[in-house]
Amino acid sequence: MESRNPALSVTALASSRGERQLFEDISFDLDEGQAVQVHGVNGSGKTTLLRILCGLTLPSAGFVMWRGTDIDGDPGPLRSELAYVGHADGVKLELTPTENLHFTRALGENPTGQEISRILARLGLAGQEHVLTRSLSAGQRRRVALARLLVTRAVLWILDEPFTALDRKGGDTVQSMLTEHLSGGGIAVFSSHQPVSVPGHTVRGVELT
Amino acid sequence: MPSTRLLPAFVMLVRRDLLLASRHRSELANPLLFFVLVVSLFPLGVSPDSAFLNTLAPGVVWVAALLATLLALDNLFRSDFDDGSLEQLLVSPHPTTVLVLAKVLAHWLLTGLPLLVVAPVLGLLLSMPAAALGTLMATLALGTPTLSLVGAIGVALTVGLRRGGALLSLLVLPLYIPVLIFGANAVDAAAAGLPAAGQLYVLGALLALAAALAPLAAAAALRISVN
Repeated sequence: MESRNPALSVTALASSRGERQLFEDISFDLDEGQAVQVHGVNGSGKTTLLRILCGLTLPSAGFVMWRGTDIDGDPGPLRSELAYVGHADGVKLELTPTENLHFTRALGENPTGQEISRILARLGLAGQEHVLTRSLSAGQRRRVALARLLVTRAVLWILDEPFTALDRKGGDTVQSMLTEHLSGGGIAVFSSHQPVSVPGHTVRGVELT
Repeated sequence: MPSTRLLPAFVMLVRRDLLLASRHRSELANPLLFFVLVVSLFPLGVSPDSAFLNTLAPGVVWVAALLATLLALDNLFRSDFDDGSLEQLLVSPHPTTVLVLAKVLAHWLLTGLPLLVVAPVLGLLLSMPAAALGTLMATLALGTPTLSLVGAIGVALTVGLRRGGALLSLLVLPLYIPVLIFGANAVDAAAAGLPAAGQLYVLGALLALAAALAPLAAAAALRISVN
């Protein structure tokens, strides 16, 4: 089995933007089947924290370990198990949802066997598979971005405001995706302003002030 | 196992960029149109005298090709940066250098290769001797990929800035000068009936150097730009 190290370990993380300290001394550990919800007012650094966890932004202090490896030293192990849905959708508007997901699958490490059309149907995009993403609404584009999570088999999901622009049904779908992910031994870190319940799993909160 | 999935990812990224470009054809035509217009205005603006144009031709075609490449450069990472696709590339399990190389290859196929195809026609327009046309093509074939590769470093550094265009030109142009000198000089020599192999070797060496080092520098610069 795994060593006694937690899968994701965040130690004394701090970040500042210019002169202003965004947050400091953020520490938490996560293991398979666990999730953290990042809380905080606008501008408190939620997006920055999530980007640090992905290795996109460097922290001003502290470090992030993935399976015992510092992600700043060797991001390889993290990246091969990471799925990130950022503040920006990362979806090409001139491609159809199907083409976008095919690209994600080719770029990813462990493709799931699920058919793209099934994944899109689950996200409520049946019938939109072959229209350009540009002609979809903001909520539908968000759904395409979230569909990426089901295209590859990633252990760590990092989701920046996954519920933004989604209607209630879309939100329910994302919650059920999260539940399945955690039940299957996945790990999730996400930011959201709404209370998120994942039946059968406790979602710990991390407060940024 | 990144190595087994790297080639499909590379091919897919090139294909994606070509597909995206095919849905944006007008943007694609811009640098080519610029190239053709600049070169074809010279006989009108300077002199239609063929002996005079003959001496001017290598420099004019090369300067116009260089500026057309520079004009097209800004699109290399811009849309990926704006819509968040760049972050997705950076958090992917593949080495960023290889993904940068794929993007530069697609960009060159879309912007450099068309220049290469129309260049002989423009050479004839400037009454370049037929013997020099082959050399012109060869210099552009070796030179324009170098321009794209070196340019990628500049774009990667400036993509996070709102108005990086002027800065990009200042950063990249000095690095373009050697390519311009050897490219134009080789065509000059060929037009005068002299061997141009030496200059072509230098261009080849510059391309090899750029292909090996530019993706590394551009990948590092991209990480800084998204930080």
